[in-house]
Amino acid sequence: MENEAMKLIAAALALLPILGVGIGLGMIFSSYNEAVGRNPQAAELLNKRFFITFALTEALAIFALLVCLMILFVF
Amino acid sequence: MADPIHQFEIQKIVDFQVGSMDLSYTNSALWMTIAVVVSTVFLTMAMGRKSLVPGRAQVLAEMLYEFIAGMIRENIGADGRKYFPFIFTIFMVVLMGNLLGLIPYSFTYTSHIVVTFALAALVFFAVVIFGLINHGMHFFSLFLPPGLPKWLWPMIIPIECISFLIRPVTLSVRLFANMMAGHLMLKVFAGFSVAMVSAGALGMLASTMPMVFNTILIGFEFLIALIHAYVFAVLSCIYLKDTVELAH
Repeated sequence: MENEAMKLIAAALALLPILGVGIGLGMIFSSYNEAVGRNPQAAELLNKRFFITFALTEALAIFALLVCLMILFVF
Repeated sequence: MADPIHQFEIQKIVDFQVGSMDLSYTNSALWMTIAVVVSTVFLTMAMGRKSLVPGRAQVLAEMLYEFIAGMIRENIGADGRKYFPFIFTIFMVVLMGNLLGLIPYSFTYTSHIVVTFALAALVFFAVVIFGLINHGMHFFSLFLPPGLPKWLWPMIIPIECISFLIRPVTLSVRLFANMMAGHLMLKVFAGFSVAMVSAGALGMLASTMPMVFNTILIGFEFLIALIHAYVFAVLSCIYLKDTVELAH
């Protein structure tokens, strides 16, 4: 296989972790909504924790994207 | 058409060399200066009147203060008050970098790893130095969570050491990668629009779709800009907590 084609395949494979991040984000959103639905008064407290966990999980997808971009443009 | 990476290019505005060192005034430095000027002018103007019934600007300035003060109270405790200026400055630098970067044709200095890593290294060394000053050698018990059975020590201590040393890397890469990927995404979708317009009348009609999506993305980017300034500040708080009181 040509080097160029290998590079594109590697870049696509580097994005696979987004699968796990998607599942993780879905779990965060679902449990947040469930918790707020059960106890609406706790929404203010949960909001902050929700945003932190959301940002920490979402950052992993961005790391994968970064690796993908590095494969595409740096090598 | 310029490629989407082009926006991150550092351009020299005033060329200035000292020996072999390049100390030029760049567009990155220009936007850092703007961030400092904007935040300083805004905060001094807003709090200049100090009226009992606050105006719009004063409410915003007080909200920022209350926000950071509350964050420190929650995460560090009452002893954390001495870190307020440090955390507030870091928060404002990151927030201004993220928000000013969303202005079209501006430059996002937080989208460069060297800037975010410098900030994260500052937090890291602050934790190490203040921790050693406050606790002395006892600070190193940070690497040993309390209540562990002895046979687990050789496994846990290296893991704790690595997770301590990796902190500045994750802290900086998280902010840098989010900012870079977000701006890249905006420019890629704008590029779709441009490519479609050149394809004829039908393409002209279809080019509104990426434009609408880009508008939604800009709103999302505002959310990301605020969240990541908050996350950077909150994680700095959590790291600085170790310098005030150790886990046991």
